[in-house]
Amino acid sequence: MALLEVEDLRTLFKVREGEVHAVDGVSFSVERGKTLGIVGESGCGKSVTALSIMGLVPVPGRATGSVVFDGKQLVGRKQRELENIRGRDIGMIFQDPMTSLNPTLTIGTQITESLRRHLDMTREEARKRAIELLEEVHIPNASGRLADYPHRYSGGMRQRVMIAIAIACNPKLLIADEPTTALDVTVQAGVLDLLSELQSEHGMSMIIITHDMGVVAETADDVIVMYAGQVIEQAATLELFDQPEHPYTEALLAALPQIEGEGVRHGRLNAIPGRPPDLLTPPSGCRFAARCAYAGMDDCAEVAPQLREIRPGHWVRSQHPASERAAQVVGVR
Amino acid sequence: MTDAVLELGHEPQPVDQPLLVVEGLKKYFPIKKGILVNRTVDHVKAVDDVSFEIYPSETLGLVGESGSGKSTTGYCVLQLLKPTDGSVRFLGQDLTKMNQGDLRRMRREMQIVFQDPYASLNPRMTVGDIVAEPLLVHDIGDRRLRRRSVERLLEVVGFNPDFINRYPHEFSGGQRQRIGIARALALNPRLIVCDEPVSALDVSIQAQILNLLKDLQGEFGLAYLFIAHDLAVVRTMSDRIAVMNRGKIVETGPAEDVYSNPQDEYTKALLAAVPVPDPRKMRARRAERRKHRAVLAEPI
Repeated sequence: MALLEVEDLRTLFKVREGEVHAVDGVSFSVERGKTLGIVGESGCGKSVTALSIMGLVPVPGRATGSVVFDGKQLVGRKQRELENIRGRDIGMIFQDPMTSLNPTLTIGTQITESLRRHLDMTREEARKRAIELLEEVHIPNASGRLADYPHRYSGGMRQRVMIAIAIACNPKLLIADEPTTALDVTVQAGVLDLLSELQSEHGMSMIIITHDMGVVAETADDVIVMYAGQVIEQAATLELFDQPEHPYTEALLAALPQIEGEGVRHGRLNAIPGRPPDLLTPPSGCRFAARCAYAGMDDCAEVAPQLREIRPGHWVRSQHPASERAAQVVGVR
Repeated sequence: MTDAVLELGHEPQPVDQPLLVVEGLKKYFPIKKGILVNRTVDHVKAVDDVSFEIYPSETLGLVGESGSGKSTTGYCVLQLLKPTDGSVRFLGQDLTKMNQGDLRRMRREMQIVFQDPYASLNPRMTVGDIVAEPLLVHDIGDRRLRRRSVERLLEVVGFNPDFINRYPHEFSGGQRQRIGIARALALNPRLIVCDEPVSALDVSIQAQILNLLKDLQGEFGLAYLFIAHDLAVVRTMSDRIAVMNRGKIVETGPAEDVYSNPQDEYTKALLAAVPVPDPRKMRARRAERRKHRAVLAEPI
């Protein structure tokens, strides 16, 4: 059985204008020791998916469906019980290391907090463990830096501290929401290396949420592509990058500027026209239809496509996946 | 001036004459200590002896990490920050020695597009007023001409002119960046400094804006100083590239040469660190970038 099994997760925000289905029927599982990448653009529901798993959806949001972690159902559990799981069995890293550390507490206090809360360590034990943790995330002079406040750390170092806090209790699952987005590429490379190193040492599973296809390519074993609150494609990483099926995945990869190749200066990028739909009033048919190069000749705008398994382990939500398009020679505009 | 709309674009310029020549540019920010007596104890050398030139209709990409001084360089070129030392010659005239009035007139020829489309547009002004402001400031045309010019500018950047009386908050990041670009174009400049113009945008929207900037350049013969931290973005936009690190340009050359055959150690390390959307290449790249780790000692 997989470590985490998410089934038909739906997260709904009731606002004055109506209901926003931020996450609309998402299912996936994460195997032990593996990394799942969730990729998509702003507003696709990738972060809310993570918050829903942990029971951290802010009011007026409400998550329904099933989230089974290590055999335990998390949806509908009391906050008190979830608090015993969060930080101990599930570690979290958020995007912005500048705001996710408390500026008025020392680094030491913030690391020992979860050790004392979850593992009942004494002050002295916790302090020792905190130094070990800082060493583990490669902070030089760890014991000397425990008493420093976050402002004395650079962005990359703060993210390392966040990682140290997240892995403090040896979690089974680490959820990283855009862990390197606020960092420079060189610092990002260091943080990604650190994550993979820690993963192989601790044997934990990871969910990496990102907008960056490069980060997914580097870190993930399996990938989910989200669009407008839904999973639109799901496959093993190599499979997805070798043979992307959904027109959105293809377009997203084609829209990326490359650091290699010739003649890019005078070519144009393959932009995706338009914008994602408003989730207050999502289209009744395919949510990507309005921006899709292959929609239009069918009932794409009326009939919502279902997620289907086009090859073993490769799921896609589209009437016009790439491999079927190649077969039907006619009618691609 | 005709009474139709303002013309955009210029007579073809001789391309062997640089439009902009920057020489020995320095910008030092003082570090001060003391409460009553403000002593300057040291300087942060944000830009330290930087030289480059930009030719008409050309894009020079300025790439580097946060704190490398690339934005400060852009501001110094436009004299939005007063350089500590060095010269900035634009159309043959040294901007650092100009008086305020002449500089103001010169600003019509050089404009800027900012990074954050949320912070760079006044939320209390309508789209029309925002785009017309440069014309108003430089006292160009009457109300009707300005109105027609704004409509034309919005059309040029692919923004529906029907929304001229709306406010910025009603639009997405990509649409707002189009407004910012229309504003920069209003005075028909020859040079636009693009300071991280797409770093706040999603990939699919980013491509739209980059294509727009390319189209405008082709149509109106604009020169760009294109500042960004994303090496792939800079690559697709630039004829030549200058790599900045700690206030200095460490390497400069034609874009394809710098990327395919980097000479400087820092450039190599920077390129090796970029994650590429190809899982098969990542393994080799990972080994490559570990080799460069030493060059990139992280600041504490």
